[in-house]
Amino acid sequence: MNSLITMNDLTNDDIHRILADAEKLLPVAKGNLHLPLLQGKILGNLFFEPSTRTRMSFETAMKRLGGDVVNLGAVASSSVVKGETLHDTIRMVDGYSDVIALRHPLQGAAQYASDCANVPIANAGDGAGHHPTQTMLDLFTIKQAHGKIENLNVVLVGDLRFGRTVHSLSYALVRFGCKLTLVSPESLRLPDEIINELKEQGGELEITEDLKPQLENADVVYMTRIQKERFPDEDEYVRVAGVYKLVADDLSSVKKDMIVMHPLPRVDEINPDVDSTRHAAYFEQAFNGVVTRMALLCDMLNIPIPEKIGGEK
Amino acid sequence: MSADEQSMRRVTAIRNGTVIDHIPGGLVLQALQIFNIDGRQSNPISLVMNVPSRKLGTKDILKIEDRELTQDELDRLALIAPMASVSIIRNYSVAEKLTIQLSDEMINVAHCVYSNCISNSVREPLPHRLKVLSTKPLILQCHYCGRNQNLERLIGNLL
Ligand SMILES: [Zn+2]
Repeated sequence: MNSLITMNDLTNDDIHRILADAEKLLPVAKGNLHLPLLQGKILGNLFFEPSTRTRMSFETAMKRLGGDVVNLGAVASSSVVKGETLHDTIRMVDGYSDVIALRHPLQGAAQYASDCANVPIANAGDGAGHHPTQTMLDLFTIKQAHGKIENLNVVLVGDLRFGRTVHSLSYALVRFGCKLTLVSPESLRLPDEIINELKEQGGELEITEDLKPQLENADVVYMTRIQKERFPDEDEYVRVAGVYKLVADDLSSVKKDMIVMHPLPRVDEINPDVDSTRHAAYFEQAFNGVVTRMALLCDMLNIPIPEKIGGEK
Repeated sequence: MSADEQSMRRVTAIRNGTVIDHIPGGLVLQALQIFNIDGRQSNPISLVMNVPSRKLGTKDILKIEDRELTQDELDRLALIAPMASVSIIRNYSVAEKLTIQLSDEMINVAHCVYSNCISNSVREPLPHRLKVLSTKPLILQCHYCGRNQNLERLIGNLL
C-alpha cells in the first residue's frame, strides 16, 4: 500500500506510467465506458478545510471506477470541536476505508497520517506544503497538449511566492528538463530557497517581471491567482493584478499548440475572451483532475489498469 | 604542555564520571540542557568556557562527576557539538572513549522549528523526528513537513 505524500514518492517512471494509465482511463472518466476496477473499495474523504473542487474530484474519480466514498467532512469538523487528535481521527477512518484523501491546514499532516494509518493516504493538500495530485493533473494536462512533458518552455505567472501549486509543479517540471520562466512582481517572486534548489537540480530558470515578451516562445503559460490579501494597499494590488492579466489579443503571435493553464478559481487573471481560443486549457485541466486521480487511486490500491480498455458500454 | 592540555587542567581531574571536550565555545550551557542538568542534581559538575582550542578557536569543557553518559545521550549532543570528544572516567583514568555516532534520524531530541508543522500540535502523540541528511555540515530535515532546520533556532527547541 503506497501513500502519496509528495511528488518525491513517485519516480519519473512512475509518473510516466500513471499518466499513461490516466490516458487509458479517459473514456471511463467521461462516462462512455463502464469499468468498475475499484468496486468494493471505499475512499474516505477527510477534509479539515474546505476544498470543494478537490473533494468532488476525488469522489467522482472513485465512483467512476465503481468504488464508494464516505465523506468525513462532518467528522473532521466535529472532531476538531471535540478536541480529538488527528491521530485518533485517522485511526478511526482507517477502519472505515481502503484509502484516505486528506486535506489539512498544517504542513506534514499527510506524512503523519500515513504513519498512523494502515491504508494509503493521498495528500490532498497540507497547508503550504504539498499537493501532489494537483501536480499530476497539471502534468497530465501538459502531456495531453504536447504529447510529452520533457524539455518544454513553461511560463509561470502571478503569485509564485505563496502558491504551493506552482512550487510542486516547478520541481516536477525541472525533473523533466523543462525550462521555467518565472513571471511575477518582485514581492511575489518564487522564494529564494526554492530557486536555489531548482538550480541545484539542474533547472534552467529565467526570472522577470514582464509577461508579454514571454508569450511568444512559451509552450505552456501557467497563470495563478493574485490575492488581494497579499498586498498592503488596494492601489498596489490593482496595479499588479492589471499587469498579470491575459486577454485574447495577447495570444495573436503565440505558438499554435501553446496552452494556457490555471488551477482555478480565477479572478481577473484570464479574460473570458481567452476561453474560446484554442489555447484555453483550464477547464480541461479541471476535468483532468478526475482522470488523473482515477489512475492514482488505482496505483495506490495496487489495482492494475488493463492493457486495453475499450468495447461497449 | 599543549594549549588543550592546559585548559583541561583548569579544573581538577575527576574520579568517576564523564568528561566532554571540544564543545564549541559558549555552547556548554546548551549541553547542560541537552543532558537535563538543571542544578537540582547533587553530583558535582564543572564547566569551562571559552578557552583557546586549536580545532575550534575557542571551546568549552564539561565534567560530570558520578554519571556515565550513554551513547544515546551523547548522540543528542551532535546538535551543538558534533566534534566533541567524550571520555568515561573510572578511578581517575579513561576507561572508555566515545564518539558521537549519528544515526539516520534524531528522535525526540528537538522539535521542528516551523510552528505550522503538524509535529508542533502539542496534543498529537507523535515522536519528534529529524532526519540526518548530512553530518558535515549537519543538515536536519523534519520527517513530517520535510523542511530543513535552522540549527541555531533548533537549539532553542530542544526537548
Ligand atoms: Zn516540521
